Amino acid sequence: MVAQLPNISASPDKRSDDVDLVDGSRVAVVGGGPAGSLFSHFLLDMAGRVDLRIAVDIFEPRVFAQPGPAGCNMCGGIVSETLVQNLAVEGVVLETDVVQRGLDSYQLHTDVGSVRIATPNDEMRIGAVHRGGGPRDVTEAKWASFDSHLLDQAVERGATVVKARVEEIVRGTDGRPTVTVKGGDPVAYDLVVVATGVNTSLLKTFESLGIGYTRPKVTKTLIREYHLGEEAINASLGTSMHVFLLNMPRLEFAALIPKGDYVTLAMLGEDIDNALGDEFASQPEVRAVMPPGWDPEARSCQCLPHMNVYGSEKPYADRIVFIGDSGITRLYKDGLGAAYRTAKAAARTAIFEGVSEAAFRDHFMPVCRSIQGDNRIGRFAFVLTRLAQRMRIARIALLRIVRDEQEQHRTPRLSSVMWDMFSGSAPYRDIFGRMVHPAVIARGIVTMPGAFVEWLRPRRPQGKEVDS
Amino acid sequence: MSEAALGRYYADGEIVARQGEVGDCMFIVQDGEVEILLEEHGTEVVLRRAGRNEVLGEMAVFEHAPRSATIRAVGRARILTLDKRNFMRRINEDPSLAFRIIEIMSRRVRDLSHEVHELQAVVREREASGPAATPAERVATRG
Repeated sequence: MVAQLPNISASPDKRSDDVDLVDGSRVAVVGGGPAGSLFSHFLLDMAGRVDLRIAVDIFEPRVFAQPGPAGCNMCGGIVSETLVQNLAVEGVVLETDVVQRGLDSYQLHTDVGSVRIATPNDEMRIGAVHRGGGPRDVTEAKWASFDSHLLDQAVERGATVVKARVEEIVRGTDGRPTVTVKGGDPVAYDLVVVATGVNTSLLKTFESLGIGYTRPKVTKTLIREYHLGEEAINASLGTSMHVFLLNMPRLEFAALIPKGDYVTLAMLGEDIDNALGDEFASQPEVRAVMPPGWDPEARSCQCLPHMNVYGSEKPYADRIVFIGDSGITRLYKDGLGAAYRTAKAAARTAIFEGVSEAAFRDHFMPVCRSIQGDNRIGRFAFVLTRLAQRMRIARIALLRIVRDEQEQHRTPRLSSVMWDMFSGSAPYRDIFGRMVHPAVIARGIVTMPGAFVEWLRPRRPQGKEVDS
Repeated sequence: MSEAALGRYYADGEIVARQGEVGDCMFIVQDGEVEILLEEHGTEVVLRRAGRNEVLGEMAVFEHAPRSATIRAVGRARILTLDKRNFMRRINEDPSLAFRIIEIMSRRVRDLSHEVHELQAVVREREASGPAATPAERVATRG
């Protein structure tokens, strides 16, 4: 359902010190991406369970089903296995036309070889999606937008989409936040949920509201889309996400994500730019994965969006809460999973604990703090990954251990560490605990002599062979 | 069904989980249909069928007991596995994740109560007209 901007004030009969949502309360959700849609879905679901009648307006001017930048939320488009499972339990169905490709494995590529790490049960446990309607050159709408799909599910639950861009959010005289859209009058709400992501100037206005909110620290990422066609992708990249640990200056992480007719290149790094993207695309390890004759210049579209790498210290205030990327998210990985967790925590708090600053501090913030704490451990885990990226002997040893675990069907200790580091499927504290497990360290010590001998050998030119 | 869809495809008649096995996961039917059956003394009794979006195998996860029934694909079915560890960790962080599972189990208890009531009527009818039916016969009668 798409409605015009409502022009009535929120719950005028309530006292200004009311901090609970009650029958007739109105909630504004600014941003209709996954965080906003999932929040609306859960809020209305939980409200229904306690017989609470509330109205939810989602302010979203974009049409996500539209191909090209206008409908895109600019991200790699990976739904982690944990999120896939959580959404399934929640009853949020990811239709086959939304998940363009289920992924059953990761292939780790380095200059010293490649290895495939498969999921348990050979099951497609990770979803590759397009957030919008696809790159700008999409001619046939074969797959649906992930963001549009979630927004539709929120609307099915009873949310209303207001197709307008929010220009200002201020506090009214009664303490309730008011939302103003272009050409509209301020409308008061009992709760405003900010789910805009970080690629918007609107977040800056919250810093001057005096609520203690500071914008997240961000870094740039590079996303490119290549049209290869479904058959070519099936034959080359298959149902694996391809992760690259290449010793290139400024490069932190790069992955090729196969989708329906497209392959998405997602890159993280220091001062990332086009030149780094071009240099990466020209690497032999990358060309070996892509179909023969692939032209790195022939990309369908590209963007350099910001990514939240250090969340807001205080993503809440009286009747205002920041979820997803505009608040706190996971470091580098599983941003959609963090959007789900913070959206659910905010909805749960609003329904069962209230919408005051104290309620969010006591019941929403612990989830954010858990993500923040985990990110601190994640930073350390990434330092170790970076060491492997920079030291050839470490890459040799890593590959030998993982290959041995996969081929000899040993307990996949390091394989599971690598899997979870790349997929974002487990908390970083779990991953780090397994990284420094005595058995992993012992295996590293045993592998080192062989790795050292290999390290002494002259370097060979890289081939396309992938050991599985 | 797309070949690259989430989950795993099971062929017609393929076993998803077997009665008596120790279960460390639950299942959600993504596409197609499965049947839940009891295997007793070499005979099979189909308890019910389950379709899209149904959660199965949750009893083994919550009870630490072997699976109480076998799940078998009817036609081609696509099933997603839910890890016990991930599920329990998430419930620990967010107890409301269990709302839907409780709702499903509650609905099943309601359905079972209804079936017990119907079976009692059948048994009473049989007892009135002849020798008592075995439990398997009782289940088969309503199936």
